[in-house]
Amino acid sequence: MPQGQEVGSPITGERRVFMTGNEVIAWAALAARADIMYGYPITPQNEIMHYWTRLAPKYGKGFLQTEDELSAGFTTLGGVMAGRKAFTATAGPGNVLMQEPMSMAEAMRLPVVVAVMQRGGPSTGTVIYSQQEVNLTTFGGNGEGLRVVYSTATHQELYDYTIKAFNTAWRYRFPTFILADGYQGKMREPLTIYDPVERGIELLAPEAFLGLPGTPGVDRPPAQYRNTYNLEEELQEVLLDYIEEYEKVAPEIVEHDDLGTEDAEVVVAAHGVVARACKQAVEQLRNEGLKVGYFRPITLRPLPVDALRAVAGRTRRILVVESAYGQLGRLLRDGLYGLTVEMVSHYKPGVGITPEEVAAHARELVS
Amino acid sequence: MAAPSMPRSWRRDTKPHKFCPGCGHGIALRALGQAIDHLGIQDRAIFGCDIGCSLLAWDFFNVDTVQTHHGRTTPVMTGIKRAKPDLVCVAYMGDGGGYAIGAQHLVNAAARNEEITVILINNTLYAMTGGQMAPTTMPGQKTETTPYGRDPELTGPPLLGPEMVAAITPEGAYVARGTVSKLKQLTKIMIRALQNQIEGRGFSFVEVLSTCPTNWRTNAEETWSFLEEKMPSYFTVGEIKVPAAEGDGNG
Repeated sequence: MPQGQEVGSPITGERRVFMTGNEVIAWAALAARADIMYGYPITPQNEIMHYWTRLAPKYGKGFLQTEDELSAGFTTLGGVMAGRKAFTATAGPGNVLMQEPMSMAEAMRLPVVVAVMQRGGPSTGTVIYSQQEVNLTTFGGNGEGLRVVYSTATHQELYDYTIKAFNTAWRYRFPTFILADGYQGKMREPLTIYDPVERGIELLAPEAFLGLPGTPGVDRPPAQYRNTYNLEEELQEVLLDYIEEYEKVAPEIVEHDDLGTEDAEVVVAAHGVVARACKQAVEQLRNEGLKVGYFRPITLRPLPVDALRAVAGRTRRILVVESAYGQLGRLLRDGLYGLTVEMVSHYKPGVGITPEEVAAHARELVS
Repeated sequence: MAAPSMPRSWRRDTKPHKFCPGCGHGIALRALGQAIDHLGIQDRAIFGCDIGCSLLAWDFFNVDTVQTHHGRTTPVMTGIKRAKPDLVCVAYMGDGGGYAIGAQHLVNAAARNEEITVILINNTLYAMTGGQMAPTTMPGQKTETTPYGRDPELTGPPLLGPEMVAAITPEGAYVARGTVSKLKQLTKIMIRALQNQIEGRGFSFVEVLSTCPTNWRTNAEETWSFLEEKMPSYFTVGEIKVPAAEGDGNG
């Protein structure tokens, strides 16, 4: 079946399902009318490909298993330039290799979508879980980190934000990441899947960068993309335009979640699945009458700086909780620069975090 | 005497081009331009160039173009072709991009018989980065990283790229080695390499022996004798693999 041909939606109506996160991403990509996936196996994201290769041919979608992540990233860029909704997925050392094509995507403003299921690091680390790919995914390439990074916490969010990621990428033309982790990829959880079009969500149509109608130089100018400039000033001019545009649209893109921050003496800040443990801990402490709040950036890049600073202006302390050694902490500290709020850390690189330990730590800070 | 005509598919407002005097890229790109003209594919050809000297061709043609790097031109063209098979995708790179840093892409695209055309310029060294050893540097050849001449005992013999590609490609692939010293033959090879893709037979690969007087530090006469005498003694020029369907073999 030719690629990119619409053969109906894979989902009609709303369906309550019980799926692994990797399976959710494959379904969501189909629901978002993605055309083609280019991928390379690495744990813990493999099942995104496994499900895609089972589902995709039924809906006229394409797939290529490449020789490595460099190739997966660059073929994805090729698919995007050809005017298809192309995406890829990776983790850990694969995410390291993926930074080279993503830097080119930033340079050429290509709307590529990447799902990252974080695993332990540095290097091969562990194969299942961590939150240690925040630095890499937000600012990992050579360049300025002109990307959008959604950090998901639940399977419902994996579904919702995968669909949203395609729209964000094609609307703003910055590479867009769904940053999850191996726990999310591998565990099963209930969620509702749906056809976004039936819900009234407009899905942006892809547009071709290359191979447009007409003969270049005769009917139209040739489309010529490069990532090399002859002069430093020439590059700066292009980059300053991109940066200005990125900063202009950042307020439209940023998202966060918070709870009880209006009166909190301590605010617990976290992202991804760790934020679930933190939210549960904060709800429990508030039930006990303690003035504890919760703040979670959903976009790690751009960071919801205004919301964060507003919270910080009302509280005495922020407890940063993450399964990494200060990768979120560094983003938050940067966002809080100039404010006098105290930052306390609860860092467990590569290890999961329970509501009980967060509650215990937060309790110490308020009592 | 009338000046030689430019291929129609060349972009005139970017000429004269940016390559050094005596560089072979202009000749190779002329052959490619004539092949594009001959086949009438200017409206659906996609030209991908790599990092190194080949990047200077990013605005060379009136053809949609993307300039990438490190031999990644092969996967970018693969991605485009897989997404839109009616386009004719040409990956244009040097010996470093194809045989060293990007070798895994060349090897795997060849093994999968991707329906793209890869054109690789062999000038026996890394030119834009300042003249270091490449996989194709000749035995005894002096470069910035082999200042006493390349010793194959230490660094291995020069890589025979087309022979490798011919060995690993399935039926349907087209593989040839041309030289900028034989423009007519090179143009014919380019036409056949593109035709092979258009007809959907498989991977097409052309290595082009080319000149770099800047880094070779040679005058005109020495440049030409290195290209015409020294290089072909190791790198055999001609068609190496033609699809059975093509029939007429060794053009």
